[in-house]
Amino acid sequence: MTAAGPTSAPVGRTLVKGASILGGPARDLLIADGIFAAVGADAAAGADANTETIDASGLVALPGLVDLHVHLREPGREDAETVASGSAAAAVGGFTAVHAMANTDPVADTAGVVEQVWHLGRSTGLCDVHPVGAVTVGLDGRELAELGAMAESAARVRMFSDDGKCVSDAVLMRRALEYVKAFDGVVAQHAQEPRLTEGAQMNEGSVSGVLGLGGWPAVAEESVIARDVLLAGHVGSRLHVCHVSTAGSVEILRWAKGKGIDVTAEVTPHHLLLTDDLVSSYDPRYKVNPPLRTQSYVDALRQGLADGTIDAVATDHAPHSLEDKDCEWAAAAMGMVGLETAVGVVASAMVETGLLDWAGVADRMAVRPARIGRLAGQGRPIAPGEPANLVLIDDKSRYTVDPAAMLSRSRNTPYAGIELPARPVATFLRGRLTAREGSVLA
Amino acid sequence: MTPHLLSAADLSLDDATLILDTADELARLSDRPVKKLPTLRGRTVVNLFFEDSTRTRISFEAAAKRLSADVINFSAKGSSVSKGESLKDTALTLEAMGADAVVIRHGASGAPHTLAHSGWIGGSIVNAGDGTHEHATQALLDAFTMRKHLTTLAGRKVVVVGDVLHSRVARSNVLLLSTLGADVTLVAPPTLLPVGVGSWPCNFSYDLDASLPGADAVMMLRVQQERMNAAFFPSVREYSRRYGLDGDRMARLPDHAIVMHPGPMNRGLEITAEVADSDRAVIVEQVTNGVSVRMAVLYLLLGGSDSALGAVE
Ligand SMILES: [Zn+2]
Repeated sequence: MTAAGPTSAPVGRTLVKGASILGGPARDLLIADGIFAAVGADAAAGADANTETIDASGLVALPGLVDLHVHLREPGREDAETVASGSAAAAVGGFTAVHAMANTDPVADTAGVVEQVWHLGRSTGLCDVHPVGAVTVGLDGRELAELGAMAESAARVRMFSDDGKCVSDAVLMRRALEYVKAFDGVVAQHAQEPRLTEGAQMNEGSVSGVLGLGGWPAVAEESVIARDVLLAGHVGSRLHVCHVSTAGSVEILRWAKGKGIDVTAEVTPHHLLLTDDLVSSYDPRYKVNPPLRTQSYVDALRQGLADGTIDAVATDHAPHSLEDKDCEWAAAAMGMVGLETAVGVVASAMVETGLLDWAGVADRMAVRPARIGRLAGQGRPIAPGEPANLVLIDDKSRYTVDPAAMLSRSRNTPYAGIELPARPVATFLRGRLTAREGSVLA
Repeated sequence: MTPHLLSAADLSLDDATLILDTADELARLSDRPVKKLPTLRGRTVVNLFFEDSTRTRISFEAAAKRLSADVINFSAKGSSVSKGESLKDTALTLEAMGADAVVIRHGASGAPHTLAHSGWIGGSIVNAGDGTHEHATQALLDAFTMRKHLTTLAGRKVVVVGDVLHSRVARSNVLLLSTLGADVTLVAPPTLLPVGVGSWPCNFSYDLDASLPGADAVMMLRVQQERMNAAFFPSVREYSRRYGLDGDRMARLPDHAIVMHPGPMNRGLEITAEVADSDRAVIVEQVTNGVSVRMAVLYLLLGGSDSALGAVE
């Protein structure tokens, strides 16, 4: 099977005029043959009569964003999302690569399923879809899935995760960490001690006590991270921690990195902005795993992302059908969509607060996630000869989130009606315009 | 009054006092030969019970009927939380039937809140117990009972003993009694007190014996069967010894103090038969008062503002 698809079709030249690269001074970019042909003063000179020109004055240019954690629901729950609709949401959100989690039906625990997802991504062609392979067969936490076969498949899987479930068995986790070293893989752990979270519905704290909802203690996450960084250090393996949500987790990661342990971590946009007092409404849009925490945790996560203890922002985009959210809290599914609001939320939590500049955002949303996922052609500098993966962001105007305008098949956003700063207005995947002003270009 | 009664926190001091005063008035009705008022004639009250609770349901049913409302009992037991759309579908059905008030008992905390704010249904929603969240009318009937025996709640010492963590009765009582000015102390083993209890408007203690002297009322909570083998306490016997109310402990209470229990009791576990059947126990009276308080709630939520008995000939 060749890699033929719309993404490898020939693309024309584009001149992007006056973009502020990583928030720096305005410069022109010439895109030709899928790469940046020229950047700066000589870019305009390379334009010809057939070159499309995009006025990017006042817009911030970042490398195309890379998401380490999305749920595209295909195969199995195509009513909630498909690879195509999720790719569209990713493109309008500024992403050029996403990692699709394995908790589909069937589970992505064989070469066959990961190749299916990979091919669906290729044929959609709106962003690179990298399937994540399950660590254990059926996410059951009992026996290792054929990790090597997934790594060698056409999908070239490098990230493995039972996300949605924790690999809680210490021996199995140790073996997985060791085994993936053979192909430079990484195990991405959903850190949730299962016994400590039986019946858990929300962050355990003063709000859960009042609402009478089962508490989800911070220690259930932190104890697993502590164990896993020690395991990773012991066997000399690469560990990635999904959706870190507590201050203690940040401290453990900081300690582990200080010891030289090869661990990376991600935080979701919603954990950088929202807090558990929103649950007082019993509105299931705020039900998510890990749960929304307190403001002091939000502050610690922002600080951890700012100082690099947390490497990446990953959306944990989790589409759910209306039925799965239009019900009482206990019955509702966990998760929120996030691809189309990630830039705005990160700008609100990190840029407007002065914690990160746009170069920092590029590092946490493109450069480092691409490195963690071992994606050679993503997260590269905006420089001559580099792949033309690019997002242009309007950071001068604010917009109100309208779920009806979203391209995801699901509408379970917690930001409906909220005003966010900074909206992606154009996305290029290897030189081809994939999204413009909230619409995708087929 | 608020349009719904979802939480005891919805009630201001004035609201709560109005309900209790109205219940007082309505209680006098039971002394009359005809125990029925025409007040809610033509209105429909639905008892929507997703959990079995015969005692709460018949209490609401009696309350609605004494106000001449049409009562529909809708038992949706078996519609488990895993089948969440059933709450919505049921609500739409009730809306089509024109329910003026829906009394809901549900196993999921917040289900009445969801029902009230979903837009699925108009009418007033009354929380008759949701998960481990609240049971506001139980707190009202408890307050009503205490007020009768202790004249007022202001400054009175109320000790609530048992599984606070999972108790909707305890949550509603803390909120309502603190609004009414009582001094509440929760007593439980540390495993059965929720995280954050220190920020509740009450005191808490792990020591029952230290909490009894000076108490004006002691409320014993039921220990649910499913807590008994989940490491919340070592054994039923040890629980009973440390947190059960027996004759010796009762003797340490001031003479005027009353003993309460929301029912159903585990005799011999959280309360001995000797205590339950003693003169201090007002447990049967709580049941009687439940009807008057629920009449008051339905009457006030469905638009009554004059004296509740004013309409009677
Ligand atoms: Zn997860």
